[in-house]
Order: sequence, then C-alpha cells, then structure tokens
Amino acid sequence: MLGGIYSLLSASFFIDLDAVDVAFTEASVGAGISTLLMLASLKLVNRYERKTRYKPLLALGVITITGALLIYGTLDMPHFGDPNAPAQQHVVPRYLNESMAEIGVPNVVTSVLASYRGYDTLGETLVIFTAGLGVMSLLLVSSRTKKESKNLVPADMRQQIILRVVAKMMIPLILIFALYVQFHGDYGPGGGFQAGVIFAAGVILYTMLFGLGVSQRAFHPEVIILLTAFGVLMYAGVGVACMLLGGNFLDYNVLRHDPIHGQHLGILLVELGVGITVAAVMITIFYKFTWRTVKHKYHQ
Amino acid sequence: MTAHLPVLQVIVPLLAAPLCLFLRIPRLVSIFAILVSFAAFLISCGLLSQVLNHGTLIYEMGGWAAPWGIEYRIDLLNGYLLLLITGVSTVVLVAAQSSISRELPENRHTFFYTAYLLCLTGLLGILATGDAFNLFVFLEISALSSYTLIALGNDRRALTASYQYLIMGTIGATFIIIGVGLMYMMTGTLNMHDLAQRLPEIYKSKTVLSAFGFFIVGVCLKLALFPLHLWLPNAYAFAPSIATAFLAATSTKVAVYVLIRYIFSIFGIEFVTTSIPLSEIFLGLGLAGIFAASINAIYQLNIKRLFAYSSVAQIGYMILGLAIGTQLGLTATLLHMFNHALMKGALFLAIGAVVYRISSSQLNHLAGLGKKMPWTMAAIVTGGLSLIGVPLTVGFVSKWYLVVALLDKGWWPVAVLVLLSSLLAVVYVWRLVEWIYFTPPRIILDEVEEAPLSQLIPIWLLVLANLYFGVDTRLTVGVSKLAAQSLFGVTP
Repeated sequence: MLGGIYSLLSASFFIDLDAVDVAFTEASVGAGISTLLMLASLKLVNRYERKTRYKPLLALGVITITGALLIYGTLDMPHFGDPNAPAQQHVVPRYLNESMAEIGVPNVVTSVLASYRGYDTLGETLVIFTAGLGVMSLLLVSSRTKKESKNLVPADMRQQIILRVVAKMMIPLILIFALYVQFHGDYGPGGGFQAGVIFAAGVILYTMLFGLGVSQRAFHPEVIILLTAFGVLMYAGVGVACMLLGGNFLDYNVLRHDPIHGQHLGILLVELGVGITVAAVMITIFYKFTWRTVKHKYHQ
Repeated sequence: MTAHLPVLQVIVPLLAAPLCLFLRIPRLVSIFAILVSFAAFLISCGLLSQVLNHGTLIYEMGGWAAPWGIEYRIDLLNGYLLLLITGVSTVVLVAAQSSISRELPENRHTFFYTAYLLCLTGLLGILATGDAFNLFVFLEISALSSYTLIALGNDRRALTASYQYLIMGTIGATFIIIGVGLMYMMTGTLNMHDLAQRLPEIYKSKTVLSAFGFFIVGVCLKLALFPLHLWLPNAYAFAPSIATAFLAATSTKVAVYVLIRYIFSIFGIEFVTTSIPLSEIFLGLGLAGIFAASINAIYQLNIKRLFAYSSVAQIGYMILGLAIGTQLGLTATLLHMFNHALMKGALFLAIGAVVYRISSSQLNHLAGLGKKMPWTMAAIVTGGLSLIGVPLTVGFVSKWYLVVALLDKGWWPVAVLVLLSSLLAVVYVWRLVEWIYFTPPRIILDEVEEAPLSQLIPIWLLVLANLYFGVDTRLTVGVSKLAAQSLFGVTP
C-alpha cells in the first residue's frame, strides 16, 4: 500500500517537473500494476515474515555511504531548471526544434523514444519480454490446475454486486482508453508502455471479479504467451523491413516515399508492438500468479 | 549487406529469441538456437576481419547520427570479444542438446533456449554499443535472462541463488544507471565517444567523480570482484550445467569489458589515475580476491563450487592487470579474459558431462571416474593444468604476460605473490586428480559410460583451443596488444 502511495506521489512529482509521459507511466505501472502484482504474490505467501538473523549494521553502513556519495554528487550539479545546464544545451535543442520537421510528431517524447532513440525502446521491450519469460518458465502450471480453475468464480466476489456492476461499466471504458492512449501517443502523452499496462489492468480487473475461467475464454493464455513474443517481433520486424528497403536498422524514413509519412508509420507500428508485448506480459504474469493461488487454495 | 553486419550481430539472436516461442517443439528450438548462435559467430568473424582491415566500424541506428541517435561502434576490443562470446556460445549450445534434456523437464526446454538466446543478445548488445544508456538496457536483458537461466536449475536452492544474484545484480545495475544519469546531467550526452570529448573540461567536478564512483562499484558487483562476489558461487553451483558453462565463460568477461570501456574510452586513464587511487584499490582487492577465493576453492566439496571460487580468483588476475595501469598490464588482462573463457568453458562443460552420467557434482563421487570416463576426466585435468598456468596451455600465456607486466612496472613482490597463488591452484587441481585417478569409487559406477559424443566433441574442441592458443598466440596476443595500444593511444 505504501509502495502504491509512494508511486502516486512520485507521479505527481514528475508532473511538477513537466514530465507528463513519465508521470503517466509511473502512475499506471508503479501505482497500478506493480502494487497489484505485489498483492497477488502476498496472497501466495504467509502474512508474516519468518524471523531471520541479519546484520543491520552492515546494511546501514552501505546505505549511509551510498547516500553520502549521492549528496556529494549533487554539490557540483547545475541548478535545477538552469537553461544553461549541459543537459539543456547539447543534444536537446535538436530534439526540440527539429523533431517536427524531421519526424512530424508533436509529442517530442514520442519522437525521441520511438525514433531518435528507438533502439533503446526495442531493448526495453525486450527487457519486459525477458521478465515475462522468466515468470513463465518458473511458474509452470499443471493441466489439472488449469482445468479446475475453469469454472471458479472467486467466492467472496459473488456477493459484491455493486463492484461487479460498476466494473462491467468501467471495463469497456478502460479498454477504449487504453486504445486511445496507444494511438494518440504521437500527439499527447502516452504510448505503447502506458497503453499496454492500462489494457492489462482492464483484463485483470475482469479476471478478479468474474474468475479466471471466464476471462480466459476471451483471452486465451496460450495466445497471450505468443503475443508477448509477437510484439517484440513486430518492433524488430519494422527495423528489419527498414533494412530491406535500403535504410539502416529502424530508419523509418524509407518505409514510405515521404520520410515524414515513413516516420509516422514506423512509430505507429513499433508503439503497437510495445503495447502488445507489455499488455500480454502483464496478463501472463497475472494469470500465472492466479493459477498458483488456485493451486494453493484447492489442492491442499 | 556487409554494411549492416554490426547491427545484424545483435538482432539475429534478438529476433530468434521470441521466434523460439513460436517453434514450440523443443528439439526444433534447440537446433534453431545452434544455427542462430553459429550465424552470430560467422558475423563476428566478418566483423573482426573488417575491423582489422578498415579500422573502427560505426553504425547509426535509425539513420540518426550520434549523439542524437544511438550508434554501434565496433573496434578491436569489442570485435575480439564478440568473436569469443559467439564462439563459446555456439560450442556450449552443441553440448546443451543432451545435457539439457537430462537435467530439465521437457516443458522447460523451449524456455531455456529462449532465455539463453536472450542472454546472448544482451551480452552482444553490451559489447557492440557505443552508447552509455544503450549499454545499460542490454545489461538488463542479459541480467534478467541469466537470473532465469540460473533459477531453472533442478535443485530448489537454485531459486535462492538466483534471487541472491537478482538482488546484487539489481543493485549493481542501479548504481550504473545513477552513474549514467549524473554524467548526462553534466555533459548532456549519452554517446561514449562524445562523453570522452566533453568530460575533460569538467574533470574537477564532484558530480563526475561521484558518477565514476557509482560506475565502478556497480560494475564490480556485476563482475564479482572480491568482496562483492558472494552471489557467484551459489549461482554457478545450482544453475543447470550448461547455463553455468555459458555464464562462467562469458558474463563476467563482458562485465570486465564494461569496466575497461568506462575507464579507458569514457573517463580516460588520466582522470582515473589522478582522481582516486583506483590502481591501489584494484591491486589490493585483486590480490585479496586471488588468495581468498583460491583458498576457499581448496575446501569445496562440490566441483561446480570449486571452479566457481576459482573463477573469482581468476577475475582477481584480470583486475590485477588493470591495476598495473600500463599497456602491458592491459594486454595481460585482455589475454586472460579470452583464455579464461576457454578454460572455464571447457571445465564446466566437462562437469556437465559428469552430471549427465552420474547426476552429481560432488567431489567424492568423482572417485574412480578416471577409468570410466577417461576422455571427460582428461579434459578436466587439462583444464585444471591450464588454470594453474602450465606451459603449452593458455593459462601459461596469460600468467606469463601478467608477470612480465608486473616486473616491467617494478612490482616484483606482486609478481612473486602471483606465482605463489598458482601454487594454491596446484593444490585444488591436485585434489581433483587424486579423487579422479587414485581413489576407489564411492558410488556404484558399473553402468557409467563415457559421455556421449555430442558432449565430448564440444568439450574437446574447447580443450584443444586451450592447447592451441597456448602455443600459437598470434591471434590472441596480437589482437590484445593492438587493442591495448589503441585504448592507450588513439582513443582520447
């Protein structure tokens, strides 16, 4: 809970710093999904930590030294908001001034993220895929558990009529909002990462209220697992297509006759790839955790 | 197509990893993985020959010139390591076929190979990139996939080991990203080449100094420098044998590369030697690591742990080479990175073959195997000799260059200590020999046979490489020398 509050607070910090996209991500990932996954994993373990002996002094020492070094590092930092700071002077002017002419996307964050430094974003998408793969490979689910979970509706949720009715009204809105964030990322804050997480949140809400079985009829787990890979392939595939058309890897200019159109198309496709992978990974992780809970509850 | 080689090096395994999930049939996936890794090996051969002929290669991602975009910059140093990593990875994968089907349940095979290819992607990405933040991204990919690889081990303790590694690795990565952030704040760029040009103006800045501090600690966590090595022995001991062979041969080497890259290509050796007594710190920690880890290795009852501790000691030698701070010292470090990858690759694969046959890696279970698995045991002994540094093996070449560099610097007491530490290696290798050849079997070995050919061939390929590069040092010494020269001279 405190973690969630912390994330929400830092999201407002980011808004204060004019980093709306980062704030958006922090709010949806930090405050939303990761709190949820944390709760899901808490459901699997005991409530209280087992007492272990550890050496707090050593840890305290390490933390003090790290903190001191961080503060020492701030001594020569440029002032906050200083327009002459190197971070504002060197590469940033081109991003701010030329991006409209070179890429044609009003949201500069999107143009840096998806085009200038698009390769980093491919890497980040791969990081998410890797994390999903780690969970998939470690939490294997037996077919027996899968079968048993088919028709289970969480018992305590059957009573919650208000929740269920409200959720039924909310979920379509959440999903549509996710699509809006996905495809409007060029113009306003947002993009594949946020959209994927919001979409996954909608599915997860549905699963929590109506049970795993119903939700899996709509989002088949095997398909979702393949989608995690598909998103990455789509992103990298766009890059390869650029290479085949004679440009460098991820050089969207060559996708269409007009470079600006090419950039638009490229950014749209890679953002979609990111969105698919992120949503699919989040849903997969949640499914895996829920199966585990089912196994713990009903198999013993 | 040759112009695209730098990026193909990384995106071939990058594309292949998610494709594995679509192939689904484990047998197919494993063959696919070998082909991909071999393709990457061929690409790296092409790259190195291009670098040798034409000098540094630069590839602009998305057609955006650095520092606005991300560039790949292949010079001798990373060209040489790309060759090493892809080569070792291919050989290990060939042996993986039988070993993995014995050690892991079938429904995990696809995941294993996917994680393996992801880890390869990450390592290659770290090596190829010329961008400080991009390096961090690929560091995360390789780290996350290695946690998965380790956690897939059959023993339940693999999970704790992987978790320990995850915590330490994440702290290391966080420190590195703090360093990158501080440097971006001070220079406004993330490109390594650009950083190197813009940093000298602000060498006196405290922020740059603390950025450097965070870097060094973060990277040293990753490369398991003593006393930050505590995650390593358990991780190596409980991971699947193939994962251990791959990670031991590659991942710490790549971390050493990152350290070298930062010290020489970004901050510049002048800054490093004048700002903090890094040379003294590395000298002390390197020597302490060599002795503490070698002594620990002597007392281990599990062969995987034994060689894991020996890996920590070997990292000590590499750091010692860096501590010397001369061109000769750097050459010794680079040589040892290459040579140690060959030794540990061969040793851990041979251990994998033992686990394949007797399902145990306890030292006393080796007793009597000298007769049952003569080729595998001969491989272990040769690898051990190479660790000690016996002439005609690669170990000798790297120790020789290290001692020469130490004497050249005038640090003869350290040279004596290095030679003494080799005696510790003699002790733990001799313990192995004694168990293998001179002790009657402790477990029933009637049904045990020699390892299958699919494992013996990769093992002996690496063992022969150990011997070959111990005699013919043209490639290794030549490239290391040139790379060290360019790091000291040409790069600003």
